[in-house]
Amino acid sequence: MFDTLILILDSTVRLSTPLLLAALAGLYSERSGVFDIGLEGKMLGAAFAAGAAAAVTGSAWIGLGAGIAVSIALALVHGFACITNRGNQIVSGVAINFLAIGLTALLGQDWFRQGGRTPPVTGDARFETLVLPFADALREVPVIGGIYSELLSGHNILVYIAFLAVPFTWWVLFRTRFGLRLRAVGENPAAVDTAGISVTWLRYRAVICTGILCGIAGAYLSVAQSAGFIKDMTAGKGFIALAALIFAKWKPVPVMFACLLFGFLDAVAIRLQGQQVPGIGEVPVQAIQALPYILTVVLLAGFIGRAVPPKAGGTAYVKERS
Amino acid sequence: MTLLTWKSCIGGAAMLLAASGGLLAEPALVYSVGGKFDGSFNEAAYRGAERYASETGDSYRDFEIARDAESLQALRNFARRGADPIVAIGFNQASAVSGAAADFPNANFAIVDMVVDAPNVRSVVFREHEGAYIAGLLAAMASKTGTIGFVGGMDIPIIRRFLCGYREGAASVSADVRVIFNMAGDTPAAFADPARGAELARSQIARGADVIIQAAGGTGIGVLQAVADAGKLGIGTDSNQNGLHPGRVLTSIRKRIDTAVFNNFMDVRDGRWTPGVQELGLKEGGMDWVLDADNRALVTPAMEAAARDAQAGIADGRISVHDTMRDGECPL
Repeated sequence: MFDTLILILDSTVRLSTPLLLAALAGLYSERSGVFDIGLEGKMLGAAFAAGAAAAVTGSAWIGLGAGIAVSIALALVHGFACITNRGNQIVSGVAINFLAIGLTALLGQDWFRQGGRTPPVTGDARFETLVLPFADALREVPVIGGIYSELLSGHNILVYIAFLAVPFTWWVLFRTRFGLRLRAVGENPAAVDTAGISVTWLRYRAVICTGILCGIAGAYLSVAQSAGFIKDMTAGKGFIALAALIFAKWKPVPVMFACLLFGFLDAVAIRLQGQQVPGIGEVPVQAIQALPYILTVVLLAGFIGRAVPPKAGGTAYVKERS
Repeated sequence: MTLLTWKSCIGGAAMLLAASGGLLAEPALVYSVGGKFDGSFNEAAYRGAERYASETGDSYRDFEIARDAESLQALRNFARRGADPIVAIGFNQASAVSGAAADFPNANFAIVDMVVDAPNVRSVVFREHEGAYIAGLLAAMASKTGTIGFVGGMDIPIIRRFLCGYREGAASVSADVRVIFNMAGDTPAAFADPARGAELARSQIARGADVIIQAAGGTGIGVLQAVADAGKLGIGTDSNQNGLHPGRVLTSIRKRIDTAVFNNFMDVRDGRWTPGVQELGLKEGGMDWVLDADNRALVTPAMEAAARDAQAGIADGRISVHDTMRDGECPL
């Protein structure tokens, strides 16, 4: 029973990681007043770039760099459309999603001729799992050994980066001048402008942060969790991350717990499938898979209460009415 | 010039065109979305057409569609130019084929992997469950723990049928073999989620499975990866996936799209082509399992003999594999 729980939690960590990175990415952008439903597209673009670069160069780190670069480029397109040209943020986000779906498949097919896939990556072209010190020695110790050597050890470096990004994001947003200004620009850009700080530049920096984190999320999908890019491999994770962000009311630590909850439900769904549950019998696949969504609705409706977005979110800042 | 000469001119030209059309009746192939070199389905079709070209010295025409909507246009173009037969790959071209077949009643069409009921269409479908039986048998023999796994893609009847064949094959080795099975989801995205495939495989390995088959398209790439990472054995499907992780893929159950395309082309050439439904299984060479340098060391002589025996048994009717889409619920 305890072993099963550890295995489920272990799988939870792996499944939550891309959600967590994408949700934290969205946090920067949305806290600065730029709504971003293009998380999915940025992740997909980054996953493709990372998979392609890692396959060609044989280095996972170059793959990660390429993923981040592509994701930042897409984020800047979003920024250019919504910050500089004051376009509609939702429309621009949707456009980025479509662009990424089409472009990754097209380029993948043209470059590698494998139906939009990139060649499988192995060895150095993939982030291998890290074994924490003493993990093997402690394995036999009851309870703690299981938790340490199974749950905490044996993940790839991007998983640790994702979870370290949570306190880091909290520190940036709530303990630095940049964070204070970023939050202010999402609530009341006019006040920030009056103080002589450029709203445009601040928001650009926020979407670049989004690009970096989405890039890591994408690279995680193609060169850490899996070994290679597959067409449409994000499979809606960007939208689930967005849901987690709203669920957590745009706060970093709750975001982590929301992502862990989604990951946990997914892990349980995988684990419970085709198993006999005492008293119920075998649970149908469909019921298990609907569980995360049903719980989300129940939790949102009953326990979480109203999620209020940053006040200036969704609207472009206009300095003066002419 | 009089009207009469005009008429004869046009008539002559039409005659000439008809004659040349008859002479140039090349076979044509319309690939499914994904392109010619997708490493799977379409590429197999391409190999079948290439085999035809190299064996007969004749040429053929082909077309890659970028969207399903282009299919009808492509089929009609080929029909207008007198191509014979016109072979469409993939179930998603079914409505286009039935449309084009109605517009060009004199052209011969064929569709692979789907049934289209029209007087000038040949539908080629596969008895995948027969291949799955061989996979189940080999998996059960290779397993040391007595537990084997199955990861399906979208939960649809064709995957359930495959699963049933796999379980029957395993049960033929020993009634004690336990088969753990999971489906990746119930939307088409379940065929393109390798991360989920890998998680399902890990969960099955944790429950004791040491040979896992994937019937999940792109999701299956993740299954084979996770299995290889854990040092267990996987089984590939559709195309030869032994080379993805040499020494970690027990075998691949191939669907011979290439044979289907080749046969269609050859039948027209030899004047044997007939419309109607054609089912290809182990007997007709429509399904097979791969034994090559990458998995030679994994398949023991006993396993090979048992698989060959089952293959012969299914072909001559001694063994009948349950078809859930025709005979109802899986008996196991």
